[in-house]
Amino acid sequence: MATTVLDQHRVHAAHGEKTGLWSWITTVDHKRIGVLYGATAFFFFLLGGLEALLIRIQLAKPDNDFLSPEAYNQLFTMHGTSMIFLAVMPLSAMFFNYMIPLLIGARDVAFPRLNAFSYWVFLLGGLFLNAGFLFGAAPDQGWYGYANLTSRQFSPGANVDFWNMGLQVLGVSSLAAAVNFFVTVINMRAKGMTMMRMPMFVWMSFITQVLLLLAFPVLAVALILLMFDRFFGTNFFVPAGGGDPLLWQHFFWIFGHPEVYILVLPSFGIVSEVLPVFSRKPLFGYAAMVFSGVFIAFLGFGVWAHHMFATGMGPFADTFFSLSTMLIAIPTGVKIFNWLGTMWGGSIQYKTPMYFSIGFIAMFIIGGLSGVMHASPPADTQQNDTYFIVAHFHYVLFGGSIFALTSGAYYWWPKMFGRLLDERLGKLHFWLMLIGFNLTFFPMHFVGLNGMPRRTWTYPAELGFEALNQLETAGAFVLFLAFSVFLVNIVKTWRGPRNAPADPWNGATLEWAIPSPPPEWNFAEAPVVQGRDPFWETKRERGGRLPEPSPGTGAGIHLPNPSYWPLITAVGVAAIFAAIMLSHKTGPWGIIVAVSILFLGVFNWVFEKGYSEFTTPAQGGH
Amino acid sequence: MSDHAEVLDTSTGLDSRKLAIWTFIGSECMFFASLISNYLVHKEQWMSGPGPFPHEAWTDPATGKVLEPIIEVPLVTVGTALLLFSSLFIVLALYGAQRGRRGMMLGWLGATIVCGLFFVGMQVYEFTHFVHKGLTLQRNLFGASFFTLTGFHGTHVTIGVIWLITMFILALRGQLTPERSLKLEMAALYWHFVDVVWIIIFPVVYLIK
Amino acid sequence: MAHAAAHEEHEAGHPTPGTYAKIGLFLFVLTALEVGLYEITYGEHAGEFGHQIMPFFIPLLLGLSAVKFALVAMFYMHLKQDHRLFSGVFVFPLIIATIVILSLVVLMAYHWAFATGG
Repeated sequence: MATTVLDQHRVHAAHGEKTGLWSWITTVDHKRIGVLYGATAFFFFLLGGLEALLIRIQLAKPDNDFLSPEAYNQLFTMHGTSMIFLAVMPLSAMFFNYMIPLLIGARDVAFPRLNAFSYWVFLLGGLFLNAGFLFGAAPDQGWYGYANLTSRQFSPGANVDFWNMGLQVLGVSSLAAAVNFFVTVINMRAKGMTMMRMPMFVWMSFITQVLLLLAFPVLAVALILLMFDRFFGTNFFVPAGGGDPLLWQHFFWIFGHPEVYILVLPSFGIVSEVLPVFSRKPLFGYAAMVFSGVFIAFLGFGVWAHHMFATGMGPFADTFFSLSTMLIAIPTGVKIFNWLGTMWGGSIQYKTPMYFSIGFIAMFIIGGLSGVMHASPPADTQQNDTYFIVAHFHYVLFGGSIFALTSGAYYWWPKMFGRLLDERLGKLHFWLMLIGFNLTFFPMHFVGLNGMPRRTWTYPAELGFEALNQLETAGAFVLFLAFSVFLVNIVKTWRGPRNAPADPWNGATLEWAIPSPPPEWNFAEAPVVQGRDPFWETKRERGGRLPEPSPGTGAGIHLPNPSYWPLITAVGVAAIFAAIMLSHKTGPWGIIVAVSILFLGVFNWVFEKGYSEFTTPAQGGH
Repeated sequence: MSDHAEVLDTSTGLDSRKLAIWTFIGSECMFFASLISNYLVHKEQWMSGPGPFPHEAWTDPATGKVLEPIIEVPLVTVGTALLLFSSLFIVLALYGAQRGRRGMMLGWLGATIVCGLFFVGMQVYEFTHFVHKGLTLQRNLFGASFFTLTGFHGTHVTIGVIWLITMFILALRGQLTPERSLKLEMAALYWHFVDVVWIIIFPVVYLIK
Repeated sequence: MAHAAAHEEHEAGHPTPGTYAKIGLFLFVLTALEVGLYEITYGEHAGEFGHQIMPFFIPLLLGLSAVKFALVAMFYMHLKQDHRLFSGVFVFPLIIATIVILSLVVLMAYHWAFATGG
């Protein structure tokens, strides 16, 4: 593992292979892994969007039969599961991967091969989850898999198993990445960058890793217990055997609530990066932003049963969780005021990233307001299981996370790909998305309060939901247009020259000090930092904008070698879960083969000859 | 201690790999907490089902046959003691590794592995014994919760034993020098964690009715 | 990678094999106490005294385990001598874990107590 031997020979040989499929398969470079995450996530996002469009077509008319009930169940389950686990989380992961090392002035993450492993496991998990479609047995039990619908008795097919195994595989990916980024942020910061001088995106991402580390194991256990019920005949959630379906809900939401903060905290971080740059003003209330983030995360473990107000937990539980849920609105409010305070008195630059970040604030406030309404158990008893809830979470997850991630995409696109996205197309994308989003989801508040239930494939004409549903479907197609514009923008600028400047936005943080895109080693010299917004500080000291930085030659800089063992190990992980699913056909042999692949991968990874990794951030000369 | 005194160029001066194993252990706390919760939660429920039970006898209403309480404290106590001593042994092995005392390292590491193997053996014996007496995963919620909790713990021990055997082989080959002793320290931390989880499981499952 | 000159001073504060062995013995004694407590309260040797301490059984038992847990964590896992960060990374999840265990037990017990028909 860590040696002090500079294997220059292999480093140069490896650096020669910069293009081609093999270089991508064996990459351990955080920037490439970030791009892989982004491309894969974007693909799954479009797939999830397609699933949504099909849902909206079905719901445009009452008593519609465009989709069968079974197909509808699969589509809404896969839409939710894909958007959460295969779109928003890995899109955030794209930014963790690409930007965290740059923002803290490091050459890569703490464990580059573990990083590659995380990506490959994610890819395999995503494929696993979607494999059900190939067998006409896509998951159909809702993204939260409530027991005992998920028992063998009521879900005899393989649908639930694709979901269960797919999520367990994805959990491995998330946990590995969380360990990696947690250690990276703590241990690989540039000299002078104390925790309270880190960029806010790094802080929010760091808190997200802590949430991942603590929440995913709970989901893993819940999924394992369900797996045991379905494969080994236990009765954890089967009432006839003494089990209780409510236990599933507790386990799931102990994971599920921190999960929604996992989905939104990185987005908070992105907005906290964009707003200062495009207001030409430092982030307002840095310390308050840090502590409110920490408070939200900690408190996020104490609110989960607000998802269960309609299950009859009793007055004590209802009251406790209602209070804790309302309490969590406070730190969230602090953040919103601080974002507004950042813009107040600033010199606003009306560029596309800024549009999306401002849009985020507005949409997230709406989503937050409906959220506070759900926090009251008596009110929630009416709202639960209706489209009122669907409206809420789309406002915070789409109006929130997706708007912010899009803002981040436009903001960091030039840094990652060396090309600026077109401003006019970007603004068109924004307006189409804002209009389409609100057309789709705002009416849901009304149909929801009027009683339109969730997860139901159709509705009768007498209920009067048709007009608003048609509007919502029209909105969905406007969204389709919005994403088409985005794709056109990407393709159009991709064809253009790779000539984006290092610092197109007059940025505050370290990533703008190096070329666009950065050389493989990121920083020619390890940066030294004296405060927050270090690049603004540097530019101030040197009297204004700086000339284009030279990438340097990378001579004497030691980087970790590429490796394919992370991929092999990832295959082993996925194979274990596939083998469990097939255990009725292959018996224990499938599992034995899969475990062997895993061991083969792990042992070769650990004992790879000539491999050297980072143990210090400045490793590599200079 | 060579590793404690060594100050690295990281932001904290600590080795990233050691921080990583502790982070992983922190995450595993939540994993075992969920399994232990599952066990405790079902404790209220399993008395209404069929036996055998851990601490109470059960009479089969159909046949009138009496099934005695299934937990046997003496055997498990031996296993518990073995696991505790194995923690001591690996601390001594690490002490030797960090000071280049090869004999001390190999001897105590070997002793740790032997204890670990005996513990796994005891668990396997116990599981088979229980199944013979009619307790399976499917039989009742006690069986389901018990085998799941102790089974996952046992799997963690087994993985630990494999890890330690790998360390032993490295040590035999002279590759566990004081500079490289962090590898053993990481394995030891994992091993201690597995022991510490058992320190909770032992009273909760075997001693509390 | 710098080796601090404080190596020698550090050795002075560090536990010796003898200390480790004493802790090991103490852990064994605590385990014996746990089992002994069980035997006199619920086991074959249960008697009048055991009956009296029954309400204290669980707290006593868990207390003994907690001491064992702390000893292994602080001394064998070196948390006492190491940088505080490691303790933080271990203790924080422990706190959340304890909250989760207690909440689940309380919530499900309450649920079963009030559920009609079970």
